[in-house]
Amino acid sequence: MSSAATTIKAKQRPGDRVFSGSAVFAGSMILVTLAAVAIFLIVQSIPALFATSDEASILTTNFWDYVLPLLFGTIWAAALALLMALPVSIGIALFISHYAPRRLASVLGYIVDLLAAVPSVVFGLWGIGVLAPAIQPVYSWLVTNLGWFPLFAGPVSGTGRTILTAAVVLAVMVLPIMTAICREVFLQTPVLHEEAALALGATRWEMIRMSVLPFGRSGIISASVLGLGRALGETMAVAMVLSASGVISFQLLTSVNPSTIAANIALSFPEAYGLNVNVLIATGLILFVVTFAVNAFARWIVSRRKEFSGAN
Amino acid sequence: MTMTKPEAETVTSTPIANSLTAGRLPTPAPWIILGTAIAVSAALFAVLGVASGAGFDWGGAIIVGGLLYVPSIWLFSRLVEGGRRAKDRLVTALVTGAFLLAMIPLISLAITVVTFGLARFDAEFFNSSMRNVTGEGGGALHAIVGTLLMTGAAAIISIPIGLLTSIYLVEYGRGRLAQGITFLVDVMTGIPSIVAGLFAYALFAIFFGPGIRLGIAGAVALSVLMIPVVVRSSEEMLRLVPNELREAAYALGVPKWLTIVKVVLPTSIAGITTGIMLSIARVIGETAPLLIAAGFTQSMNYNLFEGRMSSLPVFVYTQYANQGNPPEAYLDRAWAAALTLILIVMALNLLARLVARFFAPKFGR
Repeated sequence: MSSAATTIKAKQRPGDRVFSGSAVFAGSMILVTLAAVAIFLIVQSIPALFATSDEASILTTNFWDYVLPLLFGTIWAAALALLMALPVSIGIALFISHYAPRRLASVLGYIVDLLAAVPSVVFGLWGIGVLAPAIQPVYSWLVTNLGWFPLFAGPVSGTGRTILTAAVVLAVMVLPIMTAICREVFLQTPVLHEEAALALGATRWEMIRMSVLPFGRSGIISASVLGLGRALGETMAVAMVLSASGVISFQLLTSVNPSTIAANIALSFPEAYGLNVNVLIATGLILFVVTFAVNAFARWIVSRRKEFSGAN
Repeated sequence: MTMTKPEAETVTSTPIANSLTAGRLPTPAPWIILGTAIAVSAALFAVLGVASGAGFDWGGAIIVGGLLYVPSIWLFSRLVEGGRRAKDRLVTALVTGAFLLAMIPLISLAITVVTFGLARFDAEFFNSSMRNVTGEGGGALHAIVGTLLMTGAAAIISIPIGLLTSIYLVEYGRGRLAQGITFLVDVMTGIPSIVAGLFAYALFAIFFGPGIRLGIAGAVALSVLMIPVVVRSSEEMLRLVPNELREAAYALGVPKWLTIVKVVLPTSIAGITTGIMLSIARVIGETAPLLIAAGFTQSMNYNLFEGRMSSLPVFVYTQYANQGNPPEAYLDRAWAAALTLILIVMALNLLARLVARFFAPKFGR
C-alpha cells in the first residue's frame, strides 16, 4: 500500500473510466439492494409491532404472542433436522472422501448433489404423498411402545404429517450442502498426517479419528451452522408437510404441531389483507434477523479457521 | 496389544501358508455375512408376510438385513481380529450405510415423480392453460410461460450486476468497499427465499398500493436470490485466470478494460457460463417468493408488468393445495408439473457441466 504513491499511474482512457465506473456501480447495487431489503422490511413491519387483535385479525392478543410459537417451531424443526442430518452428512462425506474407490468418488458426490437440485415444492409433494404415509406406522409403534418418553407422547397423528416428518424432509434438503462442505474439508487433510497415522499401524477409522476429524472440526461446525441457516428459512416443504396449529409443544408425533415462520407466511400471505400483511412481514423480518445471526456465526468460524490453518 | 496375542497363537498352533493374513477375516467374508444377513431377514419377512397375509416387502427385508449386518460384522471381526479391527469394520459399515441411507430419498423421489408424473405428461398439459378448467384436463402452459418469463427477467437483472460485481471484486476492488461488498454478498447468500419474496412485495406495494402481484415483482425477488450466487461463482472463475495473461496484455500496452474484455473474460467464460446456469437452475425451482410476489392465476399472462403471473413451482403448490373435484385430476397435474420442473432443472445442471467440460480453456499447450 505504501508503494502506491511511487507507482506510475496508468493512463485513464474513456473506456477504462466507463468500465470501472460500471463495475463500481454494480458493486454498489449490492449495497443498495441489501439496504433496501432491510429498510423496506423494517418500514413495513413497524405498524405490526404495536398492533392489537382489533386491528389485525390474525392476532389473538398482541404481536409477540403471535410470533413466539412460530419462532419456537422454526428453531425446533431446524434443530431436529440438523440433529438428523449432521451424522449422516459426516458419514457420507467420509465415505466419498476416504472409503469409496477414487474413481467413483466424484460421481458419488454428483449423485448427492442431485438432491440439491430438487425444488422444495417437489420435496413437499413427496413428503405428503410418500414419506408421511410410510412413516406413520413407525410413529404409532413408537407411541404405543415408547410413549413414556416425553418427546414421543401420544396421541399419535393419523396422517403422519408431524413436526418429525417435516424435520426429516428438512434434513434431506440440507444434506447436500452439509455433505459438500464436510467433503471439501476432509479432502484438504494433509496427506502426510494420514500416512503417518497409517504408518504407525492405525486402522482406517483410527487414522480418521486422529487426523481427519480434528483437522475438519471447524469445517464440520460451519457446515452444520450453514445447514441450520438453510433449514431455518426453508418454506414450502414445511408448509406442505406439516399440519400446524400454532402452539409451543415439544411432542414429535402428535397432530398438534408448532408452525414455522416461513411456512406460516407462505400459507397466510395469499389471503392476507390490511394490517395482517404487516404482521406477516414483521415475522419475516424476525426470520431474517435470526438467519443473519446464524450465518454470521458460520462466516466467523470459517474466517477464523482460514487465519489459523495458513491455507488460502 | 490385544491384537498381537491371538495372531501369535494362530501362527504357532496351526501352520498357515501366509502368516500376514492370519487372524484376519478372509476378503469375501463381509459379503458373505451381508448376504446371510439379508437372507435371514428375507426369510423372517416371508414368514411374517405369510402369517399376516400381506405381500412380501422387499424394501423392508433389505433394510432390516442391512441393519442386521452391522452388529454381526462387528461380532465376527471381534472374535477373529480383535477389538480395534472390529471397530474399524463397524465404522466402515456405518459410513457406507450413511451413504446408502441418503440414496433412499433420492431413489424414492425419482421413482415417485416419474410414475405419478407420467399420468398427465401429455400434449394437452403443454399446450393449454387452466382457464375455465375444473376437474380433468387443462395444462400448465401459463405456468411454463410464467416461469420462463420471470426467470428470464431475473437473469437479465442479475447477470450484468453479478458479473460486473465479480469483475469489480477481482480486478478493481481494494479496501473498505470491496470488503463490505464481499461481506454483503455472503449475507445475501443467506437470505431466506421467503424474505426475498416479502421484500419484492413490500417494494412494489409502496409504488402500486397494497395487494399488488406482478410478474416483475417475482423477477426482482428471484434476482435477489440469484445475484449472490452469480457473484460467488464468477468471482471464483475470474480468480483462476493466471496473472501472467493480464501482465502480458499490459506489457503490450492494452488498456485495462480491454484486457478484461478480451483476455480475462474469454479465458474464464466457460466457468462463468456454468455458474450462471447453475444459479438459474437454483432459482427456477423457488416457490415461496413467487407465491408472495407474483401470486397465481389460471390464465395466460405474457406481460410481466401487468397482473398476476403463475409459475411452475407455484402451479404445483396451488394444484395440491386447492384440490377440486375429482382430486386425482389436480394431484396428477401437480405431479406432472413437478416432473417437468425436475426435468428442466436436471437439463440445466447437465448442460452446465457439459459447458464446463467442453469449453474449458486449454492450458499448458
